[in-house]
Amino acid sequence: MTERVRVVHPRTEAASRAPAAAPARVPGGSTDVDDVSIRSLIRGQARIAALVTAATAVLLGGLATLGAFWPASGRTKLVPWLVLGVLVYPVLIALAWYAVRQTERNEDAFRDVTTRR
Amino acid sequence: MTATAVVLVSILTVVVGTFGLRRARTTGDFYVASRTVTPRWNAAAIGGEYLSGASFLGIAGLILAYGYDALWYPVCYTAGYLILLAVVAAPLRRSGAYTLPDFAQIRLESIAVRRVAGVLVVIIGWLYLVPQLEGAGLALTTQTGAPRWVGGLIVVAVVLTAVTAGGMRSITFAQAIQYWIKLMALLIPAVVLLGVWHHGGLSERRPVSVTVHSAETVHVPVAESLTVRGAVDGRPVDGPTFLPAGPHRLAPGTTVDLRPGDTVPVIASRPVNDSASWLRPLGSGTPHPLYASLSLIVGICLGTMGLPHVLVRFYTNSDGRDSRRTTLVVIGLLSMFYLLPTVFGTLGRHYVPDLLLTGDTDTTALLLPERMLGGAAGVWLSSLVTAGAFAAFLSTVSGLTVSVAGVLGQDLFRDTRATRRLRIRSFRLGAILALSVPYALSLPTERLGVAAVVALAFTVAASTFCPLLVLGIWWRRLTDAGALAGMAAGGGMSLFAVLLTLVNDDPAGWLGVLLRQPAVWTVPIAFAVMIVGSLASPERVPGSVGRFMIRLHAPEMPHR
Repeated sequence: MTERVRVVHPRTEAASRAPAAAPARVPGGSTDVDDVSIRSLIRGQARIAALVTAATAVLLGGLATLGAFWPASGRTKLVPWLVLGVLVYPVLIALAWYAVRQTERNEDAFRDVTTRR
Repeated sequence: MTATAVVLVSILTVVVGTFGLRRARTTGDFYVASRTVTPRWNAAAIGGEYLSGASFLGIAGLILAYGYDALWYPVCYTAGYLILLAVVAAPLRRSGAYTLPDFAQIRLESIAVRRVAGVLVVIIGWLYLVPQLEGAGLALTTQTGAPRWVGGLIVVAVVLTAVTAGGMRSITFAQAIQYWIKLMALLIPAVVLLGVWHHGGLSERRPVSVTVHSAETVHVPVAESLTVRGAVDGRPVDGPTFLPAGPHRLAPGTTVDLRPGDTVPVIASRPVNDSASWLRPLGSGTPHPLYASLSLIVGICLGTMGLPHVLVRFYTNSDGRDSRRTTLVVIGLLSMFYLLPTVFGTLGRHYVPDLLLTGDTDTTALLLPERMLGGAAGVWLSSLVTAGAFAAFLSTVSGLTVSVAGVLGQDLFRDTRATRRLRIRSFRLGAILALSVPYALSLPTERLGVAAVVALAFTVAASTFCPLLVLGIWWRRLTDAGALAGMAAGGGMSLFAVLLTLVNDDPAGWLGVLLRQPAVWTVPIAFAVMIVGSLASPERVPGSVGRFMIRLHAPEMPHR
């Protein structure tokens, strides 16, 4: 990790002439990935992406709409500040942690399938 | 004291920049930093680059003016990274794209899409840079009395020196340090102010004299008598003046004395709200607040992934997994930071409400320590906040400059056979152009608040790059024709709405509300046009799409 690796961005001539021509490097040294397993990996990752996006939309959209229909007053008037000023952040972190864990699990499963053969 | 703080932060930036110059040897070094950056450093660098003057000063000012409804800004600035993490982080890193135009070109094999994406990077970058430079001028004027144009010019000069000398390698380290400078520069004053406030050791609130420098319309919420010197509604006044509730016109140079307890007249560009509605959700006093909040959420959450200076930083991750983990750390760092502007905004509502009269609410965090504590401690803490603010301006401006200069240098002065030295020179020329245009635009602009203008840049990004990235990564049938149509539709509509808002010329009623917060309709339209356009041109699906999808989604070889 500490070894210095020179990185050249793809705006070089080679990249602009032949974009995306490089074969995928897949564990096991194969260059031809089983179409079924890559498609199922993409579907699984898309499901997590959609789930996390939907959860964020429900969380934030719900909190905003709640303010319209349940205006806090009197003793509870500081509750919305506590929720949106502080408590919402741990929820966002938890969702992010969930997304990292689930997508990595999918990738591990994909790697197992493609290297076993 | 304040001048010393600004000079120190500037010197730090330039020194780290010249240190980078000795190490930067090749074009690769210059643009993306040789990949020796670990995820934790990278996350701090993303945080350091992302937390701009909008976050550091702007949010506190918006909370002072709008109350609860402004809390959506920090929440969405953070939640945007959650969407980025879940939807694009790893595939974008694996695509090998260094900039958004690179991604567009590699995915769709089209130079035309690349060019349009490049133009959008420049537009979004400039939209983002203008309020930063404007805020720098305002901050310096508030603290030292220097003319308004000086602060922005200092930022431009320092960034040009650091960026053209060292390229991005230097910036990676500088940015990571900047995050911690910014956190400390708000955390220490916040803790001290809260502690003193809790123990009741504050200096007594004194009357304040506020002078308006240009002709302003202010709204007086309740009829009251204020001491005014100058001219009100064309009448010369000198002494206690009775002002009926409603709008009044103040002539340039008019001074208003405000005692503690007076109801502060509010400038026309800020909403009028009393302390009860300020505290309440949807009580900011703007028309149709629920629609405005929802549209703001859509615009910022989806716009984050399309910010030009954010993607560059992801390229320095070593692989797709690292880029996700980096984003997770980023969300943690931002959550920690964004607790602080709320403290300054709420204290500001009580201790510096006179800012509502001039509209300079972005200076809330700068003025608060002096106003609450007074004496040497107040000056010292205010200087700390100023130093942090300049760290914020410098870091974001340098990040955006690298991105915009990259596009200008590579795509506008293009010659693929150019020598290395020539390419580096074109990058430097690009950097000069990237900064001089927004600096010129920052001089005369209407003040809407730094964080509000930055949110407009997010909206344009959400209406153009968000559909391009999401469909490009997850949908095989995207074509260059569809992408061009979608970016043109989303970009055209959102830019039109944003420019109307910036020149403060939007119509009244629902139409005006729709134009002030356009994301909720521009983003779905951009998606729809991109999808329909792609379905109508199925023969243009690039032949490499299958291989490219594998490259985006298949995990890399595990580290040995």
